Amino acid sequence: MEAYLDNCATTRCHREAAELMMEILIQDYGNPSSMHTKGVDAENYIKDAAKKIAKTLKCQEKEIVFTSGGTESNNFAIAGAASANKRGGSHIITTEIEHPSVSAAVKALEAQGFEIQYLPVDKNGVVSLEALKNAIRQDTILVSIMHVNNEIGTVEPVAEAGKLIKEINPHTLFHVDAIQSYGKMRIFPGKMNIDLLSVSGHKIHGPKGSGFLYIKDKTKIHPLINGGGQQKGMRSGTENVPAIAGLGVAAAFAYTDFDEKINRMYGLREYFIQKVQTIDGVSINGKTDRENAPHIISVSVEDVRAEVLLHTLEDRQIYVSAGSACSSNKPAVSATLKAIGLKEALLDSTVRFSFSVDTTKEEIDYALSAMHEVIPMLQKYKRH
Amino acid sequence: MAHMMYQAFLIKYAEIAIKGKNRHLFEDALVSNIRQQLKRVDGSFTVRKENGRIYVETEGDYDYEETVEALQKIFGIVGICPVVLVEDNGFDALAADVVAHVDAAYPDKNFTFKVDARRARKNYPMNSMEINAALGEKILEAFPETRVDVHSPQVMVHVEIRPMINIYSTELPGQGGMPLGTAGRAMLLLSGGIDSPVAGYMVSRRGVSLEATYFHAPPYTSERAKQKVVDLAKKVAQYSGEIKLHIVNFTDIQMYIYEKCPHEELTIIMRRYMMKIAEHFANEGNCLGLVTGESIGQVASQTMQSLAVTNAVCTLPVYRPLIAMDKQDIVHVAEKIDTYETSILPYEDCCTIFVAKHPVTKPSLKHIEKSEMHLAEKIDELYQAAIETTETMVIEAE
Repeated sequence: MEAYLDNCATTRCHREAAELMMEILIQDYGNPSSMHTKGVDAENYIKDAAKKIAKTLKCQEKEIVFTSGGTESNNFAIAGAASANKRGGSHIITTEIEHPSVSAAVKALEAQGFEIQYLPVDKNGVVSLEALKNAIRQDTILVSIMHVNNEIGTVEPVAEAGKLIKEINPHTLFHVDAIQSYGKMRIFPGKMNIDLLSVSGHKIHGPKGSGFLYIKDKTKIHPLINGGGQQKGMRSGTENVPAIAGLGVAAAFAYTDFDEKINRMYGLREYFIQKVQTIDGVSINGKTDRENAPHIISVSVEDVRAEVLLHTLEDRQIYVSAGSACSSNKPAVSATLKAIGLKEALLDSTVRFSFSVDTTKEEIDYALSAMHEVIPMLQKYKRH
Repeated sequence: MAHMMYQAFLIKYAEIAIKGKNRHLFEDALVSNIRQQLKRVDGSFTVRKENGRIYVETEGDYDYEETVEALQKIFGIVGICPVVLVEDNGFDALAADVVAHVDAAYPDKNFTFKVDARRARKNYPMNSMEINAALGEKILEAFPETRVDVHSPQVMVHVEIRPMINIYSTELPGQGGMPLGTAGRAMLLLSGGIDSPVAGYMVSRRGVSLEATYFHAPPYTSERAKQKVVDLAKKVAQYSGEIKLHIVNFTDIQMYIYEKCPHEELTIIMRRYMMKIAEHFANEGNCLGLVTGESIGQVASQTMQSLAVTNAVCTLPVYRPLIAMDKQDIVHVAEKIDTYETSILPYEDCCTIFVAKHPVTKPSLKHIEKSEMHLAEKIDELYQAAIETTETMVIEAE
C-alpha cells in the first residue's frame, strides 16, 4: 500500500485538468496574443479560467493576474507593492512564520532601504492582532500575513487583520499568502480587506508552474516581469495557456462540494491526531480543533530525528515532509517551529503530514499502524 | 577559430619512458586509454605510436577544447603539444606556414624565440642548422618585435621533417602519473565526504584501477546520500575509468554495535567492520590493497592510535594517500577534480549519525577487541547478511 501524505508539498494533478492541458498543448496551441482564430481560442481558455477563479473569490476577472506559481505571486506582490508605493513610506510589516518566498522577498527589500517589522506569534502560531495594531504607522505601505501556515496549519486572523489595517491606515496595502489556504478555506478578498492574494496551482491539484496573484482593482503595484505587455502589462510573457486552463479546472473543482470535502478532511485529521497521540513521546503542534487548517498536522516525536522517521516511513511507501518541503533539502531549523517556542530538542524531530481531498481513511490507518510500529523502535537508538 | 589549424597532438610522457623492457606495455596502455577517453569527444581521432612517440591525429572537424580537456584527464601524460601538419611543398611554403602558425598562436609578438628543427627524413635538401637559421630569419622578418634567444627562449618553435612536416610550439600540462591499468586494482572505501574521492583519484593516478565500497544506513541515511556517492564515483571515473561500486547496507551492524558496545567506541568498531567488509569484496575482485581517505588527526577515528586499531583487522595493505595532507590541500585537489561541490551537499553519512560527543581518540587494540566480544552472538550472521545483500553496480564516467 502507498500513502501520499505530503500534499502541502504538492498534489497529484486533477485528471480533468491534465487532459485539458494535453488538448491545449496538442490542438489549441495558439498564442493568445495572435490576431487569428488560433489566438482567440487560446485567449478564451484564459478568460474561462479567470472567470472560474473569480467566482471562487467573489471578485472581478480582471483582478486575476496569472503567474508561474506561489513564489512568483508572493515576490510580485511584495516587490511590486513596495516599488509602486515607496513615496508613501518604507515601513513593511510581516510575521515571523512566513514562507521563504515572503520572508526572502522582504529581506531583499530591507537591503534596498525598506524597514521590515516582524510580528510575533503565540504557541499555536497565531499572530498577535495587538502587536499588529501597535505596529501600523503612517508610513506603513504594506502588511503581509499568510493565511494558513505551511508547517503547522495555523489559520491566521486575516479578516480581523484586514479590518484593523484599513481602520488605522487606509493607504496600507494588505497582502495575504493564501497558498496553503486556497481550496481549503473560503476566502473573499473584498470582504476581508485584502488587496493582494497569492495562490499556487499545484497545491490544489492543478499543474506545477501555475498560479495567480489577485490584485484588487486600482491597487498601485508595479509588474515584476516586463516585456510584451501581456495581462494588461502586469505580467509580460506569453501566457502559459495550458497551465492557466488546468489551474481554472482545479480551482473550480476545489470549491465544488466544498463543505462536504472539508468536513471529511477535518474528520480524518481529528482521527489521525487522536490515534497518533497514543504513541509515547508524540505531540501535535498547533491547534487540534477545527480552528486549524483541515489538511495539515505537525507531529513532533521525542528522540527520533525527523529525517530518519521520514526515511523509515518512505520505506513503507508513506510519504511525509520534515519541516517544509521547499527548505527540507538543507538542514535549516524551521523559523515557524522556533517562533512558536517549540523546545530545542524537538526542532529536528518534527514531521508534517498533509492531506488532500483524495486522502483515504485506509491510507491514514496504514500510516498510523506504521508509526505505532516504527517509532518505539527508532526511539531505542537515540543520539547521545 | 584559430585552433582549428591544429590537426594533431603530440603526447609527451616522461616516467614511462624509463621502464626498460616493460616500456611497450606502458605505451600500449596509454594508447588504449587515450582511445578510450577520446570516445567521449566530438570528432574522429587516430592514436598511434611512432618512433617512441604517441600521436593523436584528427580528421575533419573536432572540438579542440574538449579534446585537450579529455587528454588532460589521462594519467601518464606529462605534456600535450598541439601540432600543425603541413605537406612538404618546398622551403618557401614551409616558411609561410611557420610564420602563419606563429602569428595565430601568439597575438602579442613581444617575445624571444628559437627554432628547433629536426629531420627524421634525411633526404630533405637542407640540414637542421640551415633550417633553423632560415626559418628564424623569416620569423624576424615577418615580426620585427620578436627576438632570437638561443639559450632560454620564451617560445620554442619545433619543426620536424617527417613524411608530413610537424610544427608545434606550445606544450599544455598533462596529469602526470602512470597509465591506468599498469599497476593492478585497489578497493576504495568511498563515502560522501571530501576526502575519499580525492584518495581514489590520487591512487588511480599511479595507474591503479579502482573498485569502491560504500556503506549506507537506511533509514538513517537517505536515498539522496547514496545518489551523491554514485555521483562522486562518476566524477572520479572520469580519471580512473569505470568503477565497480559495492553498496553495503550497514544499518543492522551499526545498530547492533550501538546496542552492545560502549558508545564512545562505536565509530572505531564500526570502521573496523567497514574495513573487513571492504576487504572481503577486495579479495573477491582481486584487489591488491585498500584505499582510504584518512589523514592523521583529522577526526577522532584518524588519530595514529585509531588508525592502528582500524588497520589491525586487515591483511591487505591499506593505502592512505592523504595521510600527511592538510584539509585545505585536500579541498584544493577536490576542487581540481570537481568533486568538492558534490561532496559538500548536506546529506548525512553513516559515519556521523550516531557519533558520540566524546569518541575515544586513543583506543588500544586489546581494549577494542574486548569490547567486540560483546558482539559475538550475532555479528557473524549480520556480517554475512550485509555481504549477501550488497548491491553492486558499475559506474562509468559521465
